[in-house]
Amino acid sequence: MAGTSPTSNANIGALSGLKLGKATRDAFGTALKDLGAEFPNVVTVDGDVGNSTRTEVFAKAFPERGFNVGIAESNMVGVAGGLAAAGKIPVVSSFAVFLLANAYDQIRMSVAYPGMNVKLVGSHAGISIGEDGASQMAIEDFAVAAALPGMTVICPADANSTKAAVRAMIEHNGPVYMRCGRIEVPEIYPANVKFEIGKANQVRDGKDLTIIATGLMVGIALDAATLLAKDGVNARVIDMHTIKPLDEAAIIKAASETGRIVVAEEHLMAGGLGSAVASVVVKNKPVPMEFVNVGDTYAESGDPAGLLQKYGLTAEAVVAAAKKVRSR
Amino acid sequence: MTAASPMTIDQLKDAGKAIRRLIIQITTEAGSGHPSSSLSAVEVVTALYFGGFLRHNKANPRDPKRDRFILSKGHAVPVLYAALCHAGYYTFEQIMTLRKLGSPFEGHPNMKRLDTMEASTGSLGQGLSIGLGQALATKLDGLDAHTYVMMGDGEMGEGQVWEAIAAAAKYKTGNLTAIVDQNGYQQTGATTAVLDLCAFQPKFEAFGWHVQTIDGNCQETVVKALTEAKKITDRPTAIISQTKKGFGILPVLETTGDLNYHGKPLSKELAEKALALLA
Repeated sequence: MAGTSPTSNANIGALSGLKLGKATRDAFGTALKDLGAEFPNVVTVDGDVGNSTRTEVFAKAFPERGFNVGIAESNMVGVAGGLAAAGKIPVVSSFAVFLLANAYDQIRMSVAYPGMNVKLVGSHAGISIGEDGASQMAIEDFAVAAALPGMTVICPADANSTKAAVRAMIEHNGPVYMRCGRIEVPEIYPANVKFEIGKANQVRDGKDLTIIATGLMVGIALDAATLLAKDGVNARVIDMHTIKPLDEAAIIKAASETGRIVVAEEHLMAGGLGSAVASVVVKNKPVPMEFVNVGDTYAESGDPAGLLQKYGLTAEAVVAAAKKVRSR
Repeated sequence: MTAASPMTIDQLKDAGKAIRRLIIQITTEAGSGHPSSSLSAVEVVTALYFGGFLRHNKANPRDPKRDRFILSKGHAVPVLYAALCHAGYYTFEQIMTLRKLGSPFEGHPNMKRLDTMEASTGSLGQGLSIGLGQALATKLDGLDAHTYVMMGDGEMGEGQVWEAIAAAAKYKTGNLTAIVDQNGYQQTGATTAVLDLCAFQPKFEAFGWHVQTIDGNCQETVVKALTEAKKITDRPTAIISQTKKGFGILPVLETTGDLNYHGKPLSKELAEKALALLA
């Protein structure tokens, strides 16, 4: 059995009265195992971190369908490309940074370029992984994954939407990158939530501005909206769980109806959700925008709450960005 | 699914000559490409497609039960286009569009545009992993399908190849054969000078593979080695195919003073001389 994920001391969602739920990586592992019988072609390929990414939950239930090729990410992704070419639906997982940075050429040539039906799942994304430090933190994964033609990029915000996302990812024919996180995150959605690739979820309505967030930042954005409401500012919050293809209609609607947009993500500024949303806004409905993200730096070791605080990924930071964007 | 009955050695030699002629013709017409890298591999590719080793299905190239050939050294793809043309998959006119805008016969294999390509290659080092994935998948499905992967000797410098060698041994993929087309050269010079990886056979053996080192430009020897490899079912097999880059037209290359002749087509004049040698 996989270990339990650490409870963050960040109290994400507490201001909004959200209950803490499972880490998205835990939800991923369980969901994959639960789909194993229904999708006999699903196999997993691991780089010896299956007990961290949680694919071991699947591999223990279906041992002949779980391949651990050792600490060798390039081969891991190439093998997945070959499995897909022969009709399998390989789910390849590692820490997001090792998967995407170590095996990028293989993802490009053995998966994306030939359009292979491979699912890439990167756990331990963002700076909230904590004490292991910057070498283990993927903060550029959206940028590099989304740069590949034909690649779908998703980042579910909580355990229930991750469960639905895993099904959507398996049912989707084509390469997908899904980002998961290490720490427990609040429950945003009910158990039976659906996940439609490319269709954003509005999780709170508002007319004064829109906060577009993804992953762990959705809970933080809801907390920010709660704080803003105390000041009489009604913020719309959108969970942009699909980075690519982007839900342009939801963005244009938000720009038109609320006139101000803040984008919050646990990622670098360069090539992230903020850049993607900005390109849609500029082209269709230019409105003032602000960005809450990791900026242009690597983080460091530390506790998740301390890191989120230090690198500006808090409800207070989102509130400050909201006030700034409203002042323009 | 199997093609017509296997050719005799003499027939294979004739087929190899025809394939060499096609390689020269299409690369000279294209005005670019890697004929010398293609020519070294002719005996192996000819044996695979016409010697009864590769069971393929012209009516359904993606037949799940087929055997697979992955050209990891993708720049040598003219040898593959030529063999497929000789097998009747494509016409001479079709493969003469090599490298031209709009042609699916691209400079490196593109499986999205040609259903006879088992992998899109061109970034060296990836084919064996892809082949291992296909071998694992067909094994999992209980299919009697064999996967062959051809790599270059320069390509063996890629670390990923050794990751795949270790993993294939772990999973005892007896349905996987790696062929190293050891033609002795890579882009800027002799492989021993650029990055000497020393002997391949003991390395593969140390990982637990069955290995044969052969004269890869001797048609009879190649057929024998592939026959032997097919008998081994409890572990992956490797054939270190020692060849000459540009084999078949070496006298022509000698006149240029460049026995590597990497990544350039023959001029029309040289092509005529080469074709005369292969008549």
